[in-house]
Amino acid sequence: MDIKLISTIAAALAVSIGSIGPALAEGRSVAAAMDAIARQPEAAGTISRTLFVGLAMIETMAIYCLVVALILLFANPYAG
Amino acid sequence: MASPLASAVLFHVGPVAITRPVVTTWAIMAVLTLGAWLVTRRLTLHPDRRQVVLELIVTGIMGQVEEVIRKDPRPFLSVLGTLFIFLVAANLSGVLPGVEAPTGTLETPAALALIVFASVHFFGVRARGPLGYLASFAKPKLIMLPLNIVSEVTRTFSLMVRLFGNVMSGEFIIALIVAFAGLFVPIPLMALEILVGLVQAYIFTILATVFIGAAVDTAERG
Repeated sequence: MDIKLISTIAAALAVSIGSIGPALAEGRSVAAAMDAIARQPEAAGTISRTLFVGLAMIETMAIYCLVVALILLFANPYAG
Repeated sequence: MASPLASAVLFHVGPVAITRPVVTTWAIMAVLTLGAWLVTRRLTLHPDRRQVVLELIVTGIMGQVEEVIRKDPRPFLSVLGTLFIFLVAANLSGVLPGVEAPTGTLETPAALALIVFASVHFFGVRARGPLGYLASFAKPKLIMLPLNIVSEVTRTFSLMVRLFGNVMSGEFIIALIVAFAGLFVPIPLMALEILVGLVQAYIFTILATVFIGAAVDTAERG
């Protein structure tokens, strides 16, 4: 197969499969934070700040997949 | 399609190529510096409207930093506050017609992440002394030493890529939708882009604060 075709398929696979895990994890953490805020509304500031930091950490995985996809599409070392 | 990893060269100064995001960054820096000079020119004990807004911004950032670091935030405020205000201006500059957000190219987030990387070690050494700071890498156990060193590099890298990925992908999607659907269709996405820009500026600053807080304190590393 053509290297461009393989790279395009691999980029799509990287983003689509790689975003499943972070999506589930972010959903769970937001749900947990909502639960915590509903129980203890006075701690909403601390909870939401920690939530943002945690979401950023989780999101890192998805962003690494995006970087791999971008490298495959635009800076492919094998495309010659 | 134009590669998001490359940026357009506008002109050359000697052998150095000056790209579009660099010029945008210079413009934002000039506007922010001029604005800061204008609003702090006549500070009084009985603030007028302009000074009240300024004090609101400064004390707001100060409060957020203090809640994370749990120390006097004043030594860190110049770095973190400037970082936040610059990031908000840079992320929102993409909304202006004809301007691309400089954080949407890899070089600007890389420079900002390097600033954070350097200032983390600077504040860490200043708070604990060189040997005390180096010893903090071997905590809680010596076996954590390689992991702590690797995490210094990877968290700087992910700081850079997170900002780049979010801003760039937003602009990329808007460009795609303009190409496919027409002129006014991407307006809701641009509104979303404003939100994403503000949230990313906040996350970048809060993460920098957490890293600096972990370096100056005996708290666990982020």
